[in-house]
Amino acid sequence: MRAYRWLLRLYPASFRHEYGGEMTAMFARRLRDAGGPISRIGVWTSAVGEILANATLVHVDILRQDLRYTMRTLARTPGFAITAVLIVALGIGATTAAFSVTDFVLIRPLPFAAPDRLVKLYERTPGYGRVELSAPNYRDWKQASAFERIGLYHLMTANMLGAAEPVSIAGAAVTADLFPTLGVQPLIGRLFIEGEDRQGAPGVALLSYRLWQTQFGGESGILGRRVTLNRESYAVIGVMPREFRFPFSDTQLWTPMRFGEQDDTDRNNNWLYSVARLRPGVTFAQTRAELQTLAARSRQQYPKENANVDAALFRLSEEVSEQSRLLLIALCGAAGCVLLIACANLANLLLARAIGRRRELAVRTAIGAGRERMIRQLLTESLLLAAVGGAVGVVVARTAVPLLTRLVPVTLPTAGVPAVDSRVLLFAMALTAITGIAFGLAPVLRIGGDAEIAGLREGSRSGGGRREPLRAALVVAEIMASVVLLISAGLLIRALWTIQAIDPGFKADRVLTLATGLMVPQYGKVAAREAFYSRVLSEVRSLPGVVNAAYGSYVPLSRKMRGGIWPVAVDQNPLLPGTRDVAFIRFVTPAYFATFGIPIKAGREIGEADAQDHKPFAAIVSESFVKRYWPGETPASVIGRRMTFAFADRVVVGVAGDVRMRGLERQAEPQVYLSHRQVEDDSIPGYIPRSLAVRAATDPAAFAPAIRAIIRRADPLLPVSDVSPLTELVDDDKSSRQAQLRVIDMFAAIAFVLAGIGIHGLLSFAVSQRAQEIGVRIALGAQPGDILRMIVAHTARLAVAGVVPGLALAYAAGRSMQALLFGIAPSDLPTYAAAVALTMLMTLAGTAAPTLRALRVDPIAAIRTE
Amino acid sequence: MNDLYREAQALLPLPPATFHILLAVADDDRHGYAIIQEVAERTGGALRLSAGTLYRSIQRMLEQGLIVEPRQRPARDDDDERRRYYRITPLGTAAARAEAKRMADLVGMARARGLVPGKV
Repeated sequence: MRAYRWLLRLYPASFRHEYGGEMTAMFARRLRDAGGPISRIGVWTSAVGEILANATLVHVDILRQDLRYTMRTLARTPGFAITAVLIVALGIGATTAAFSVTDFVLIRPLPFAAPDRLVKLYERTPGYGRVELSAPNYRDWKQASAFERIGLYHLMTANMLGAAEPVSIAGAAVTADLFPTLGVQPLIGRLFIEGEDRQGAPGVALLSYRLWQTQFGGESGILGRRVTLNRESYAVIGVMPREFRFPFSDTQLWTPMRFGEQDDTDRNNNWLYSVARLRPGVTFAQTRAELQTLAARSRQQYPKENANVDAALFRLSEEVSEQSRLLLIALCGAAGCVLLIACANLANLLLARAIGRRRELAVRTAIGAGRERMIRQLLTESLLLAAVGGAVGVVVARTAVPLLTRLVPVTLPTAGVPAVDSRVLLFAMALTAITGIAFGLAPVLRIGGDAEIAGLREGSRSGGGRREPLRAALVVAEIMASVVLLISAGLLIRALWTIQAIDPGFKADRVLTLATGLMVPQYGKVAAREAFYSRVLSEVRSLPGVVNAAYGSYVPLSRKMRGGIWPVAVDQNPLLPGTRDVAFIRFVTPAYFATFGIPIKAGREIGEADAQDHKPFAAIVSESFVKRYWPGETPASVIGRRMTFAFADRVVVGVAGDVRMRGLERQAEPQVYLSHRQVEDDSIPGYIPRSLAVRAATDPAAFAPAIRAIIRRADPLLPVSDVSPLTELVDDDKSSRQAQLRVIDMFAAIAFVLAGIGIHGLLSFAVSQRAQEIGVRIALGAQPGDILRMIVAHTARLAVAGVVPGLALAYAAGRSMQALLFGIAPSDLPTYAAAVALTMLMTLAGTAAPTLRALRVDPIAAIRTE
Repeated sequence: MNDLYREAQALLPLPPATFHILLAVADDDRHGYAIIQEVAERTGGALRLSAGTLYRSIQRMLEQGLIVEPRQRPARDDDDERRRYYRITPLGTAAARAEAKRMADLVGMARARGLVPGKV
């Protein structure tokens, strides 16, 4: 019998209490009637099956009933229902979206075999944490026993003919070891083999899936097809899988790196990127220690060239920049704040509702509804709110994730875009459900004993008069979290303002830039280049509306090339091998400075007279160059000074303003501009001016077709690429930051609004609960001023209690994201003042309506209900 | 009366267990075990309601107002304190009648098609 009673526990308690006794008696009777042991077993078996089936059905019955009841009560208070669902949806949606993107960038393993064993090897010198390897150092260090295999690559841009049209493609030249190191196989065809990466080997190329699809229509006979890359013929030997991206997500083409290991003996020519796979069982720390030993040996052997050069090892997964990493962590923090505020708000709403419903619950208890039934019913309500909120939250997250993809750095070697992460979604839903349950149930748990009698009493002040420390704590938490978010967003806004105020060093308005892929050997000769430039530039300048035009090595802030430094020695000093005295090198045509609007501070700019046979060669240096190499001198006083640079003696003929070559957020480094003609033929081909800049009187983009036509006439095989107004490059440089800011702003705004709602809700409720008390006070002679003071004091206490810890937390948050702040102190006073003022304002605004209501309390009416 | 009719119509078709329980209490108040016995007897042992099915149905029928638990219990020799009796309500009677009519109509339709009960 005990076993049967125990089985009955599968039924809901209410059902068991009602019918358990009779069912047990009935079962006992059947057992008695059964007689023999066999039929007793039969009775038992059928009883177990029957209970399992019916208990489930009874539960479903109750659930259906509770859902109906919940829908009815929620429909009666649509304001509550909608607010609760929206709050839950915002919290769940924001958290899920933020975490989905973060997971995609920072947590998810890279799409390579055993990615935790992949590392990147760099050189490290004072001031530069990641310098590409020089070939001799690579040869010395790759001996490390920790490496199972090591592959090399460098980036390149290729002009491709042989497909639909001449196109400029981002690619990489790689050694045959690179793909096996990563552990990837081609989709079709084969990988590069040993020997194909030697000088003189026949040209072969691997295509990305996307390139195959877009330029070759995905045709199956692609293998063996010949394409022309930078005027050399290559045979396509394979197509990589759709998901494969390396080194960057926009890399579309791979060719063998023609790397004669013995060719390159210059330890200061740093140009090789490397990926190595560690042997199984070898730790990262062991590898690093071994490489440091090797680097120390190199320093001893080559004290001049390798002075201060150390080896630096990073996990491949750590290639995401510190800024991106910090930003995503900040984003998750912001999302966490929003979720916290959402939960606090939900808790607040449910508490207020539950206290309002104490009477209803007490009545239901009095007419015999069991505690268990009420708990079940409230649980159903909480879970329904969480589920509907979660469903809307999915919509929010799906909308938000694409907005956040701007935060995915292009350097991530992975395909695709982040998608809504179902694990996070479930986690956030569970959290809100728990919040809902915890706070939805509080009133039921409080009911018990004689509280139900109190609840029934006429005019009972359901929860009034008594302090509500829990609800006050929730509001304090909300204020705290919104202060943190407001200050963090404020600091980032201040940083953006500072960046927007930065002078890039040139005047970007109405300048169009484009790249023409001048290649060696054809344009290696100065005369050939000169013929091309003078024809193109004179025709472009003769277009009506064009003010000026010039060619230069690279456009500042360009997406492709922001570096380019060269060793320099000033005055009569000898150029030391392995020197760390360097400056940016840029070859330009006449009118370069006029076209870009770079100011000449002293002397003149590069002119027609600066030809190949005109000695001494001319140089224009930047103000930062003067500051670095001739400290204390003025621009005018350095005219005529000498330097050794780019294989020649040069004399300073002018000083130009600084240009932020590497980005608006980077300090300008020393820069030297040279006439493109004052260089040996076929020397320094990497810096042949390939970027055309055109300054116009009107919208520069309108000139693009005419300029393209001029270039096509001058050389029909030259691809034109990267056509964009200079202002766009400047905006691009700010855009990731603007995107970041928009996201953080959005979170701060959501938090702000939610916290406002929470404060308003708490105070409205508190005032309505205290209406009688206020009425009594007024009847006893309290003035409106006294009532006002009482409420404002209450609010102010809450605000202060939230703001003070909020400030401390915000300072900690600011410190941890200092790298994003561009010099703004994490304790920036104006930001803090503004955030605190806003919070106070929000708190006061939340108080306004309830306060007015309190002041209008009619003492007679308020007391009469007592 | 009209309201009762409409309310009863809304409950159709009745689950078989519900219909049988209504028939069992139609003429007299009965307790749970008696209902089971009555149903078994009436159907010649073909339908033996289990305790779970019985009380689940009873709970729902109480909520729907098809039956009630009367205050006075019939004085019987074998009356047991624990036993709970159930009595049919006017709505219960109306529902049973409506269900019977629904089934009769169905049988009528089948007969019109030549599907006469009794013939196999």
